[in-house]
Amino acid sequence: MKRSELISRILITVAIVSVVGAPLYFWSHTPLIHVHIAEDGGWSPDVIKANVNEPLNLKLTSDDVVHGFAVGQMDMQSVDVLPGKVADVTLNFDKPGIYTFFCTRWCGINHWRMRGTIEVSGSPADPSTSSGQRPEPASVPMYVTLGLDIDAPHDSPSIPFSQPSAINGQQLAVNLPIDRSTEYYLGNSPYQVFDELGSTSLTEIQRWNVVASIWQSNTTPESLANGQHLFAQNCAACHGENGAGNGVFADDLAAADESSMQTMAGSDNMTMQSPVDFTNPTRMLGASPALLQGKILRGGMGTGMPMWGSIFTEEQIWDLIAYLYSFQFDYHN
Amino acid sequence: MSRFELTRIPFIKNTLKSRYPQLAVFIVMLVGYIFAILAGLIGTPVGSHNFSIVFVWIAWWAILILVAVPFFGRGWCAVCPIPLPGEWLQRGAVLSPPDKKPKWLNLRWPKFLRNIWMQNISFLLLALFSSVLLTTPNITGIVLAAMLFAAIGLSTIFERRAFCRYLCPVGGFIGLYSQTAPIELRIKDKQICVTCEGKPCYNGSANGYGCPWDVFPGGLTKNTYCGLCMECIRTCPHDNIAINLRPFSADLAKPSTRMDEAFKAFIMLGSAMIYAGVLLGPWGAFKDAAYNVGTSAWFIYAVIFLAIIFVILPGFFTLGILKTKGSLPLKQRFASLATALIPLGLMFWVAFSLSFVLTNASYIIAAFSDPLGLGWNLFGTANAVWQPMLTFVLAPAQTLALVGGLIWSARTAQKAANEIRTSSISVIAFSFILTLVMLWLLL
Repeated sequence: MKRSELISRILITVAIVSVVGAPLYFWSHTPLIHVHIAEDGGWSPDVIKANVNEPLNLKLTSDDVVHGFAVGQMDMQSVDVLPGKVADVTLNFDKPGIYTFFCTRWCGINHWRMRGTIEVSGSPADPSTSSGQRPEPASVPMYVTLGLDIDAPHDSPSIPFSQPSAINGQQLAVNLPIDRSTEYYLGNSPYQVFDELGSTSLTEIQRWNVVASIWQSNTTPESLANGQHLFAQNCAACHGENGAGNGVFADDLAAADESSMQTMAGSDNMTMQSPVDFTNPTRMLGASPALLQGKILRGGMGTGMPMWGSIFTEEQIWDLIAYLYSFQFDYHN
Repeated sequence: MSRFELTRIPFIKNTLKSRYPQLAVFIVMLVGYIFAILAGLIGTPVGSHNFSIVFVWIAWWAILILVAVPFFGRGWCAVCPIPLPGEWLQRGAVLSPPDKKPKWLNLRWPKFLRNIWMQNISFLLLALFSSVLLTTPNITGIVLAAMLFAAIGLSTIFERRAFCRYLCPVGGFIGLYSQTAPIELRIKDKQICVTCEGKPCYNGSANGYGCPWDVFPGGLTKNTYCGLCMECIRTCPHDNIAINLRPFSADLAKPSTRMDEAFKAFIMLGSAMIYAGVLLGPWGAFKDAAYNVGTSAWFIYAVIFLAIIFVILPGFFTLGILKTKGSLPLKQRFASLATALIPLGLMFWVAFSLSFVLTNASYIIAAFSDPLGLGWNLFGTANAVWQPMLTFVLAPAQTLALVGGLIWSARTAQKAANEIRTSSISVIAFSFILTLVMLWLLL
């Protein structure tokens, strides 16, 4: 064989081997978390292992539409995961436990199913150095201690003719013998408080105004703003930006009917329910904050309402609940 | 007609005659081709960010249909890497012929398949799945790999480049449209070929291989089946092979009478129109049908697709020429006059391709830096945003291409009709109506 022929053959062989080998090498050394809509498998993998105090670097790429990535109960900005692009996220855990990550972009009617877990092992660091992380809810939720059945109907037997005004109620409430404790507020529905005020000489609308003022006194503008922010990001897709249960997915969910409620394995022991309308006074005025906390924590099992207990902190849930009542009460002038 | 012999320039002639420049280009192309296969198989499934889709269906296609075919005819075939591995096996060498030839079957291609019907079929097979093929990296990777392996396999069974000549889905239409290109490989003096002993251009010699495209250069009158591989330039002992610059569409003056080529013209014309309607049109239902391969909607789409190409377009065309007087039988008139559809179809493809190429060219910039979607940024352009380019020239350029195509087609029709002594009026009317439809679809 001539030298030129030999060199040419070697060149071709080297070129082929390197163009196959190099991409394969880099590809196998780049562990990507592939993200699909839930119907196509959601997060893959959806269980990630990590160690306390070791930075966890994740590379996420979407294989279809825009998704978002955030870890529940962690103080972090959600990260957009764009189709065909790689998003880099570095997480630090200073406590062991199972963390839930979830999709933060409304990617489709099964968006709410897109969850995964990060299992963090190791021994916890000194709690005083913990930064950026909130303590997990330590206490038993109130709906459990109160023995509330959060699936039972809780309609308010009576509703006000116009939106109760907290400002008007403030003056009336000054001299009334009202239990001002937080426990009283958390454990009672607006209607229950309205009912107890029946012993006073106030008119019905005055009583509702007093209820509104009590609810306002148990929240702060910051808490309401935070609740509104969380609602817009996580709840409005189904419940609607104005809380009326008519979010962008409400129609899709109704159109998909029972089938959208099936588990991904096809079992359909779930029932179709349209998203709750928070502007409906019968429903909202009959619900106590503790009841709502239970519903949000646990989710509406089998209805499409996800469980948020692994994602929101306790404080975030109370902020959210305070905001939900603002669909009923006028907190402004 | 006037010609200018490019091979008279020593630099051009030596570059073409030497095997090294060609081999260098082949290697680069082969690397790109294999990388496209790999990217399709392991890269992101998001087509717009995967090298295989962006570089094959946007970059390569743009270069092929807007530059290579119109100006260089089979210029792409001259650098296409698909035959390289198979020919290495078949020839036992990558450069000049070796002393000992390897023993492969080396069969002649079957006689009944010595036409481009297989290419018509292979093109249609891809065309019917094109919505999925053009957007799904996996499928693109598999199809590219299949073509490479088919070429290798056929090289060991049949002689010469059987895949390129008879099977390649792309080669069929490149050959058809290469007749319009202003470049050709021809012999200089016929008498030399007549008296040439051994015909090494066809049979091979120590200097090179017998025509890989199974063509005798001495008999070349059109570009259709000459792959511009330059072997005959190397083997001709009399320096009788020339590469010429020539006027556009020179080959169309002598119309073909072959039905496979006539139908190729209809297939290409019809596909361009269907794609313009389905891929670029506003009809979501068509798009869904084309995309959902295997569903009943897709089957209906496939049937309509084939009906337009094989029944509706040829049917109206035949009706038009039915009444024209001519001494030739209808079948021959049909094949000859279909020549007019070659420039028309080419310009339909140019107009159609302009829109999606200009719209999507910006993906090339981003995919260059992150070809597999692994988060790389090789050249700092990975985050280039998608942005349609030169949008203001799109409509004028498309109109120009279509109107130009119509005029070109009308002139070709006149010449073809003159050649067989019949009227061109119905063919021109046919082209005119199709151009109006295409204008409506694209603008």
